[in-house]
Amino acid sequence: MHVTSSVRTPLVTGGKTYADVTEDICRQVEGKPTREWTIAFAISFIVLIYGTACVFWTWWEGLGVWGLNKTVGWAWDITNFVWWVGIGHAGTLISAILLLFRMKYRTSINRAAEAMTIFAVLCAASFILMHMGRPWLAYWALPLPNTFGSLWVNFNSPLVWDVFAISTYFTVSLVFWYMGLVPDLATIRDRATNKVSRYIYGTLSLGWNGGAKTWARYEYISLILAGISTPLVLSVHTIVSFDFATSVIPGWHTTIFPPYFVAGAIFSGFAMVQNLMLITRVVFKLEDYITFEHIESMNKIITLTGSIVGVAYITEFFIAWYSGVEYEGYAFLNRMTGPYWWAYWAMMTCNVISPQLFWSRRIRRSIVWTFVLSVVVNIGMWFERFVIIVTSLHRDYLPSSWAMFSPTIFDISDYIFSFGLFFTLFLLFAKFLPVINMFEVKAIIRSSSEKLPASVSGVAKGERVANPTFNKNAE
Amino acid sequence: MESTNKRYWRGLEELRNDESFVKNAYKEFSDASTENKTTESESIVDGIGSDRRDFLKVLGFGMAAVSLAACDAPVHRAIPYINKPETIFPSIADYYASTYSEGGDFAPVLVKTREGRPIKIEGNASSTLTLGGTTSRVQASVLSLYDIDKLKGPKRGEADIDWATADREILNQLQSIAGRGGAIRIVSSTIISPSTKAVIADFIAKYPTARHIQYDANSVYGIVKANQASFGRAVVPSYDFSKARTIVSIGADFLGSWVAPLEFSVQYGKTRKIGSIGNGKKTMSRHYQFEAPFTMTGANADYRTPIKPSQEGLVVANLYNKVAAKVGGTAISVPSLNVANLDKAANDLVAARGAALVVSGSNDANVQVVVNALNNLLGSYGSTIDLGRPLNTRQGNDEAMNAFINEVKGGQVQGVFFYAANPVYDHPRGAELRDALSRVPLSVSFGDRADETGSICKFICPSPHYLESWNDAEPKTGYFSLVQPTINLIFKTRQAQSSLLKWAGLNPNFETYVKNYWRTNIFPQAGSGASFEQFWIQSLHDGVIEPKTAPTATGAAFAGNVAAAATGIGQRYKANATGIELALYEKVSIGTGAEANNPWLQEVPDPVTKACWDNYAVLSHKTAKDLGVEQGSLVSVEVSGKPAIELPVVVQPGLAENVVAVAIGYGREKAGKSADGVGKNAYPLASVVGGSVAFSGATVNLTKAGGHREIAQTQTHHTVMGRRAVIQEARLASYQKDSKAGRFLPKVQTAEGPVSPTDITLWNGYGKPNHSWGMVIDLNSCIGCNACVVGCISENNIPTVGRQEVINRREMHWIRIDRYYSSDAPEEDYKGLEVASENPEVVFQPMLCQHCSNAPCETVCPVIATSHSTEGLNQMTYNRCIGTRYCANNCPYKVRRFNWFKYFNNDNFDYHFNNDLGKMVINPDVTVRSRGVIEKCSFCVQRIQEGKLNAKKERRRPYPDEIQTACAQACPTDAIIFGDLNDPESTVAKISREEQEGRGFQVLEEINVRPQITYLTKIRNKDEEPHLEKNQESKEEA
Repeated sequence: MHVTSSVRTPLVTGGKTYADVTEDICRQVEGKPTREWTIAFAISFIVLIYGTACVFWTWWEGLGVWGLNKTVGWAWDITNFVWWVGIGHAGTLISAILLLFRMKYRTSINRAAEAMTIFAVLCAASFILMHMGRPWLAYWALPLPNTFGSLWVNFNSPLVWDVFAISTYFTVSLVFWYMGLVPDLATIRDRATNKVSRYIYGTLSLGWNGGAKTWARYEYISLILAGISTPLVLSVHTIVSFDFATSVIPGWHTTIFPPYFVAGAIFSGFAMVQNLMLITRVVFKLEDYITFEHIESMNKIITLTGSIVGVAYITEFFIAWYSGVEYEGYAFLNRMTGPYWWAYWAMMTCNVISPQLFWSRRIRRSIVWTFVLSVVVNIGMWFERFVIIVTSLHRDYLPSSWAMFSPTIFDISDYIFSFGLFFTLFLLFAKFLPVINMFEVKAIIRSSSEKLPASVSGVAKGERVANPTFNKNAE
Repeated sequence: MESTNKRYWRGLEELRNDESFVKNAYKEFSDASTENKTTESESIVDGIGSDRRDFLKVLGFGMAAVSLAACDAPVHRAIPYINKPETIFPSIADYYASTYSEGGDFAPVLVKTREGRPIKIEGNASSTLTLGGTTSRVQASVLSLYDIDKLKGPKRGEADIDWATADREILNQLQSIAGRGGAIRIVSSTIISPSTKAVIADFIAKYPTARHIQYDANSVYGIVKANQASFGRAVVPSYDFSKARTIVSIGADFLGSWVAPLEFSVQYGKTRKIGSIGNGKKTMSRHYQFEAPFTMTGANADYRTPIKPSQEGLVVANLYNKVAAKVGGTAISVPSLNVANLDKAANDLVAARGAALVVSGSNDANVQVVVNALNNLLGSYGSTIDLGRPLNTRQGNDEAMNAFINEVKGGQVQGVFFYAANPVYDHPRGAELRDALSRVPLSVSFGDRADETGSICKFICPSPHYLESWNDAEPKTGYFSLVQPTINLIFKTRQAQSSLLKWAGLNPNFETYVKNYWRTNIFPQAGSGASFEQFWIQSLHDGVIEPKTAPTATGAAFAGNVAAAATGIGQRYKANATGIELALYEKVSIGTGAEANNPWLQEVPDPVTKACWDNYAVLSHKTAKDLGVEQGSLVSVEVSGKPAIELPVVVQPGLAENVVAVAIGYGREKAGKSADGVGKNAYPLASVVGGSVAFSGATVNLTKAGGHREIAQTQTHHTVMGRRAVIQEARLASYQKDSKAGRFLPKVQTAEGPVSPTDITLWNGYGKPNHSWGMVIDLNSCIGCNACVVGCISENNIPTVGRQEVINRREMHWIRIDRYYSSDAPEEDYKGLEVASENPEVVFQPMLCQHCSNAPCETVCPVIATSHSTEGLNQMTYNRCIGTRYCANNCPYKVRRFNWFKYFNNDNFDYHFNNDLGKMVINPDVTVRSRGVIEKCSFCVQRIQEGKLNAKKERRRPYPDEIQTACAQACPTDAIIFGDLNDPESTVAKISREEQEGRGFQVLEEINVRPQITYLTKIRNKDEEPHLEKNQESKEEA
């Protein structure tokens, strides 16, 4: 076991016992839905239904319902795609890289962050499908054996790399997340009071028996998956950035994109984790598990990645000037001063200036500031992708083709769809699966070398403890 | 062995084995009761007495039907000929020579038919007048054949009648009118058909009270009158721009709408070709344009001076005085006016004496008399002007038309026939005629639809389209051509000529009539040794009959009264008039509006404003600012005494202050669904001055109307932003010194020093072992007319998307004409470069898929839907495309088009792709693209394939220049040249080889995509060095 100095503030506060952890976290799964949850879910679901109707109409009528044109062939669709993929970066980063770095504070947030990753990647994938002119043929982008003759995908195309990168990332994230859930699902199974939930959680927990060998295997697989995931954290957004970097369009054709996109992805992913966790901790009363230490640590990463992104922005400008390429120079000048100047300055303000506020300890430990700034960061990151995609396309080489893009109600609604999807899935996750990794949190309760207070090893209070349900059948 | 199986009976019947049982033994449910019923199907049908099994059947059928209906697979039948016509081979096109002549426009054409339906119009290269050139209207005319809004048969008022009834009733009325000696009038636009004129003469012979009145919507009656006054010949002479070294045009849009624009474009194009494309010539014509609206002709001018309409006559008169002062003519007394370039023009005209040409678009006979005098001083008669062979394309007589309207109003006219004329719409006094026409007892329209005039006539006797008709044409005296039908009559229509012949009591077969006319009149002139039948067949085959020897231009002694004309000019024109003046003009594609119901023409943008699907009030920047309006603001244009019209504003550089230019040809009310309600009718704003229709000069009351109407423009950024990799241009003087003048030669820095960007590459390149299809586009001879655009639309089944989708920037044209204005700003001032000069220089650049050898689109497609051929083509595989649009984003030329919607069978796009008749225009060799796929220029790959197969069948290589794209073929000035770069004999290979070290450049050379298209620099015949060329040294790039 890893031992932490007692000088450090504990990662879990409130003097929780092992049983308290189980009790606090399982309560949400086992109990009736709370009012807040019901309201939130109802809203999300209504949004999802509205969004689905709009997406259906987009598919039925054709992409002309969007505001795209012959010059700007991608706008909100790919902006949203890149944005969601970026958000999807935090989960794996927290789980894998922080695991490898033995950052103990990750244990309280990794479960939700991974879930967020999976749902965000699903949202991103929905835009991949949506942006196609003929989405029913999307499987042609896969290198499947086929009867069409010697037809194969184009391995030169970054879009094909995207398909591989994102599907791999999704698969690995899903497996990683699910493997991590198994011990906790077994706990819920063991506590289940009715047959249905016992059956469902029993099936999902894959016969977990808590034996030493099982735990040993679990630890191996976690480490292996963490090893596999780590390069993916870097590769996914690197490859997404290739969509732009390998093109010839001024403003896209930029070698700095891979690191710049990865930093931006972590930046926005952490901001999204902050948003979700801040809500979850209040709604599910998990303040003792997600503490100010967590919030502060994550804010520091946000400041770091935000600064990297800021440096990247400035570097782009320097290179555009230094290269002496007329088109490149104009593209960046046009970003700053052209018709979309407001998008550019929104991006700069949100992404570069706002995270610098976290240098103040008061701000970075403030729930309200953190929440607001996280929202601001995600708005900024959305604008970053919009700026890259739209302002580069709308004025490229031939001035005769220069055009403006303005969104229609369907651009907006299809974006709203992804929020409906995301929050519906996340709320279902929050209700039916343990949002905090119980067994890992238990491991850090007694991380100090000091003698444990009696209360920790003691039993929790509460109805379930007084009247335990587990192992009843065994008796 | 005895069977041990027990036997069970199903009932006593089986034991008894009686007949009724045996009959039903193998029916599972043989119920005696069903035998008495009617058959089961009946019970299903009538729904009475259905039992459970019926219910299941119906249910099952219903389910199957619903699911089958859901996967609706339309049945497309391809029915083979039972008796194949001798000359028709499925999938092999037949070509027929014919002639396009509508409203004075003229072009000898070849009609491409497939399985009996015309699908494409090509120019007839046998004509020495047009040399195979076409215009956008000629190209689009094939679609008008399949216009669903045309009448399907004769009408009396609102009622459909048959031809016999129509003939009987009209004949009755004609006879009664003739009996009482009532006046009969035949009103038409210019008729260039000698046979039709003979028919009218025959009709008049039968009804002596009849008179024929010709008028033109865009009239040049002033020229006719002036020539009557100057030379005693009431004609429009032939002009030969190809012989002119100095061309001065005062308000004549001779490339777009004046007299015979196609012929003039062909001639003009010749004078603009220099270098290897012009046979090594290093001189070109110099063209001055003084005009109020910014026309396409003005955009091509070397020196263009914006003037006010009220100055037009004075420009001519002052130019005359300046020239006269130099060559010793007598000066005339007019108020002096000095506008820019006038002295220069006079000097150049004098220097080019004998090869100079002055033309004026004015319809004022006084102005035209001075123009004649000026041309006389310059010795143009007999060189650039030929009075001996007048042009017949504008014969309208404004005075006669005016008198006719007065007659109708006075109730003197008893019968009127409108042939190819719609004066209620396109005459300034149309409203008066509309109100008075009901007083005419017999009014008959021969229009193909119930148009503005036809719908208030008593009868409409619809004429077929020219592709369904027999006819002939004599556009210029001595030049004949034939019109022959290329399809059976689509509707129950009858040619106007047949109708007139029938009512005159003659044989109504117009084919015979034309043939006889040719036998007696043209055959003897032609002097071919063969028999008439041979001559006739040869003429039908060739389409044109022209004088054997090139005619020498003849002049005549000038006898005009210049002084009197000058007095007239002095009274009418002012050097410094205040107030806002109106200048009506004709748009290049939509023309006079007669063919406005053609969605192709509606969607073709104006060459200068780049706007389509509308007309608008064109204002200069300053006038707009003074009025407090901007682009799209609605203004009210009111000429005193006439109803005001509300139009959106287009702010246009190069317009004189206080001028509002409005296009005619819009605001149709009864033309059909593509034209109705598009724009406003500007004809009523014109006035009749001195007997002639005056489009310009009226003082207007221009007020802000409030409200906004977005302008549908295909190009919204108007300057080239100093990008010399896009447009490369030079002055003639620089070019004569250095054939690479104006070229932009970028260098890329490498470890070995600066190299040309095309010298370094990551790619291996594609071998082009057999053919290498390429193109040369001469920016100097491209006049921006859009004939190529419509040719491409017609050849490649390009969908029409409509006004809103053009506003959304989604027009589907595969080739477009980029129009750039010059800017006065220095090269580094990007904001300043966005603003065009006050009077900008213009360059037209046809832009289409460049078929890059290192194509950025090909590498990014995830599914290899776009790939490279071994012949240098960038190919698009529609049915492999999944529509990611990555290729379109990555195209530096932005020539890829995405099918945002399904453009066929879609009521939101109710154009020709939405009805079966309109779909007959579809080229069966080209896929109609489904929604969700990208499309783009294919270099007419279907034509390449056809050409290669034809060559293969004949066991030969394709001849040089045998295979042509639609755009190259349509071009009137041969600015687009297509061919095989690997064939050393082909024109394209020769020119691109020779211009390698000359005018040839590739757009965006520095990104090394290696296009197959070479552009030739724009050379302006101007004296001073332009602003941009001061920075001649090549840029270096890191």
